[in-house]
Amino acid sequence: MNVRLYILQRATAAIMAPLVLAHLAIIYYATSKGLSAADILGRTRGSIGWAAYYGLFVVAASTHGAIGVRVVAAEWAGLRGQRLDLLMWGVGLGLVALGLRAVAAVVLP
Amino acid sequence: MMKELLNHHTSTIEVSIWRGRADGGYRTYTVPQRDSQTVLDVVTWVQRHADPTLSYRFACRVGMCGSCAMTVNGRPRWTCRTHTSKVVENGKLEIGPLANLPVIKDLACDMQAFFDKWQQAKGAFTPSKSRADPIQRISPATAPRMAADAGIECINCAVCFAACDTVRWNEDYLGPAALNRAWTLVNDVRDAGNAERLAAVAADGGCHACHSHQSCQEHCPKALNPTASIAGLKRRTMQAYIRGEL
Repeated sequence: MNVRLYILQRATAAIMAPLVLAHLAIIYYATSKGLSAADILGRTRGSIGWAAYYGLFVVAASTHGAIGVRVVAAEWAGLRGQRLDLLMWGVGLGLVALGLRAVAAVVLP
Repeated sequence: MMKELLNHHTSTIEVSIWRGRADGGYRTYTVPQRDSQTVLDVVTWVQRHADPTLSYRFACRVGMCGSCAMTVNGRPRWTCRTHTSKVVENGKLEIGPLANLPVIKDLACDMQAFFDKWQQAKGAFTPSKSRADPIQRISPATAPRMAADAGIECINCAVCFAACDTVRWNEDYLGPAALNRAWTLVNDVRDAGNAERLAAVAADGGCHACHSHQSCQEHCPKALNPTASIAGLKRRTMQAYIRGEL
């Protein structure tokens, strides 16, 4: 962990705080209104707003998680150097791929 | 007669003391318990009456120098400042060398890594003036001086280093004492070495490795707060990085 990674962790955390709260509110809204999958997809498909919101969420969460896993791997498995970087990028890009795939599934028309 | 007056105990303590190097083990000694007895008194008794081959460090024996720091019942503390009445449990006591440092022999650990990290964190004063310049006036009431004063009493006993989980998990971590010292110098208006110092503490293993567990603050025998100093370094390095100074 160094100053660059630390700033990235704090920045992604700051970005995610309101996104998480809104996400919880959205879930509550969808379930309390009894929205079906078709109802939800009717609202998200073709929406740049939903794509931007959840796209940003995915990138922030993937970055934050990857750096977090990096620290754990360094402290508990003693990983260093190139292996540590590869693990971090692997986790990060993997989560971005899975996440954006999920976002695409609901926003692509 | 003095001996009877001073000793209200007829009991003894079963003391387990680490003997040998890393591949050593605990050996048990039966030590008489006395009033106002400290753990250092116990170690000294063992060396004088039971086993003269026991190796340990001490100097002032009055809680000023930090030389007698050892692990007592799993926690790092100054043995001269620890009354046995406060730590003995069921008539038993366990004493070992400080954690997170290699054992030389018995209760003496190798402090080299601790001192090396002090240097790596740039914990040494870099002068900005010569003897030809007037003396720098520093008001003790200024914020930087108060921040520095809060940390300068450190005597580098390594209790915080031994208590720190992150030191245990991350061998690159500079540790609470080294970073605390760096913070006092960051706040010293006379110092000219802050560019290198901030770079040193902003690197891998620097202040950002701290998880704010505060074991350092809890165990410091001088009631210092290295966690707060490290938080200060995190703020300063972040500001420096954003300004493009790092």
